[in-house]
Amino acid sequence: MKEGRTHKRFQKFGMVIDLDKCTGCGSCMVACMAENNVPFRKDESNKLLSITWMRVYKLTNGMPFPETDVCYLPRPCMQCAGQHEGHSPCVSVCPAIATDYSMESGIVSQIYTRCFGCRYCMASCPYHARYFNWWDPIWPDGMEKYLSPNVSPRMRGVVEKCSFCFHRYQRAKDRAYMEGRRELQEDEYQTACTQACPAGAITFGDLNNPKHAVSEMVEPDPKHSGRPKNPNAFRLLERLGTNPKVYYLSSREWVRRAGDNYLKNEKKVKKPVHHG
Amino acid sequence: MDSALIPRGVKRCPLWQFLLFIGAAGIVLLWGVYAMFLCWFKGLNQTNMNDYYGFALWIWADLAVIAVGGGAFFTGLLRYIFGKDALKNIINYAVLIGFICYSSALLILAIDIGQPLRGWFIFWHANVHSMLTEVAFCLSCYFGVLTIEYIPLILENRQIDKVPFFHHLGHNMHEVMAVFAATGAFLSFFHQGSLGGVAGVLFGRPFAFREGIFIWPWTFFLFTWSAAACGPCFTILVTKITEKVVGKKLVKDNAIELLAKISGWMLLTYTIAKFIDTWYWVTVLAPSQGFTLMDFYSNNPLYGIWILITEIAICGLVPAAILITPKGRKNPVALWIAISLAVVGVCLNRWVMVLQIMAVPVMTFDNWVMYLPSWQEVATTILPGAYGVILIAISYRYLPVFPNEAELNPMEPLPAEEAEEKSVEPSVDLEPELTPAEA
Amino acid sequence: MFPFNFEWIWDMGHVVFMGGLWYALTILGIGMTYCIIKAAMDASKDNGDPHH
Repeated sequence: MKEGRTHKRFQKFGMVIDLDKCTGCGSCMVACMAENNVPFRKDESNKLLSITWMRVYKLTNGMPFPETDVCYLPRPCMQCAGQHEGHSPCVSVCPAIATDYSMESGIVSQIYTRCFGCRYCMASCPYHARYFNWWDPIWPDGMEKYLSPNVSPRMRGVVEKCSFCFHRYQRAKDRAYMEGRRELQEDEYQTACTQACPAGAITFGDLNNPKHAVSEMVEPDPKHSGRPKNPNAFRLLERLGTNPKVYYLSSREWVRRAGDNYLKNEKKVKKPVHHG
Repeated sequence: MDSALIPRGVKRCPLWQFLLFIGAAGIVLLWGVYAMFLCWFKGLNQTNMNDYYGFALWIWADLAVIAVGGGAFFTGLLRYIFGKDALKNIINYAVLIGFICYSSALLILAIDIGQPLRGWFIFWHANVHSMLTEVAFCLSCYFGVLTIEYIPLILENRQIDKVPFFHHLGHNMHEVMAVFAATGAFLSFFHQGSLGGVAGVLFGRPFAFREGIFIWPWTFFLFTWSAAACGPCFTILVTKITEKVVGKKLVKDNAIELLAKISGWMLLTYTIAKFIDTWYWVTVLAPSQGFTLMDFYSNNPLYGIWILITEIAICGLVPAAILITPKGRKNPVALWIAISLAVVGVCLNRWVMVLQIMAVPVMTFDNWVMYLPSWQEVATTILPGAYGVILIAISYRYLPVFPNEAELNPMEPLPAEEAEEKSVEPSVDLEPELTPAEA
Repeated sequence: MFPFNFEWIWDMGHVVFMGGLWYALTILGIGMTYCIIKAAMDASKDNGDPHH
């Protein structure tokens, strides 16, 4: 919180997901679970209880054959910045500062040992990106040896969510420091899902850096809370003013329209509501 | 056997009957305590909550008991600050009901959190911008105020009062009660409000989100207002139920009528404010986020538009109309209907502001999700009810909760010989077939 | 909660929120202390005067 009072120009890590490329294979979900020691149970059929930091939704245009069209939409944590940076839906409500917005990276953190499990952040997140540990994690015999040593497993009774593989950022920064560098190269810090996507649908980088691919792809408009200038780009629930850092690309109008709620016969996106 | 503890000038049922009653309520209490320990030791997987319903039955119960427990602060405010003297006959009971409601709320919160041993983090690592922090602080502090308000009543027990220190302590606390009541009203205003703010600030949830003044959304003020309006109705309702159970009049009509009248006007103004808030939300706020009213009230098996009509018209306007008219509040049946509807209305409002928020889909490709609580959730929600019945029964038996009771129910003078024999046991006034639910 | 907590910032939010909290707690604390001390003094007076 205190760092937010400085005026230094920081990075703003974000993600661009090309929905026209996504095949819905689920590699991103698997990579995410393995990378982040996401717990699972024997029976994962109840998706309301499954922890999926990255979740792929299946969208259809609702048209009969032959106009039927399908789109797969991977949904990580949106790392919302809110209408004034740091006023994310979840960060603003957490009573114990167990989740915080980093002004340095734009990443919304989750401090597992601070969280006491009130679940207010889950209620505040319209993307359902936050998950509660209803059980203690139990790994199949021997699997604990394969857990990532860089990510702490979570205990029962706390909330967890996608961290944009924050440990990778820390590792990359450490390496850069050891090599006497201040700046990270674009490829030095990439999330597990980005690297796992066989279709290359996910791109990750610094939205504040115009040289990074993510910036070039969506052209975020800083004057309008990062709204994309690229007409094919959109963000989920843009109108709520959550100001996410995950952008989607699609050449299909119905897919872009599925990203937000519109009144009947409403064509253009009205100015989003501003809060606080 | 326990006659030395019973207040002078009033009759109470035999001890065995009292113990039977407490025992029956105790069984329900134990069931709840068992479920509570299951939740503590095995975790919240004992509930039917899920990642969509992070807030569920407990949070509703929490909001509901705090809303109906609002009778304590509002009656206290009217009695001690605005000098409504007639309310001195019901203030003790209002405080007791408030004490039960708030201790229940704190207990529910302690069960509801995923890591109960870290509950103190909300105080220690407080995020002052979170409405929940405001709730936790004001709730705990106000529970302290209610304890302070309840203590003098305990000290008035015949035997405790004999101890000079306790006698003087009770007397002194009565003398400065206005200060405590004012502090309680201040704290209540904020925690009742911030409970409304909990939902109102959720700008990611168009069903809940409201604009407002400074950091407080309109729901902040609506919650305080509705608690002040409906809390006294709950106090009257519990008083009436207690009178039915013990079979005698306990509070003079003038106190009930005054409270009912003030409550009625509060309810009427609240309902108008709620209507305006709803109108603005439906016509301006929700459409600006791409939603129409019926998006929130259709395509699901439970949450139809009936809920809004019931809340505002049937449980708002109807009881308000009854309570503001002298004829209405003087008619016992109409009074029963009005106070019951008001209590149902405020509980329904809290239900909507917790569970419907969770149910409404926000992303276009998301669906309505329904939820049924597990037995552990139900048992722990009933637990405070059983605890309340027991505490009311004990307080009623041994403490002068109703100052008018002796005057309203004069004991027939007994012949000298009989009086000596009878002095050991007070006569029967509690129906033997009572169940905890009736109390 | 306290200025020595590392999250504490001397900003308007903390001053208003915690100010209100400590103000309320102070009133309750002083009120109860007054009642208890006065009760103890009154009670000791009673002991000195058994006919009270």
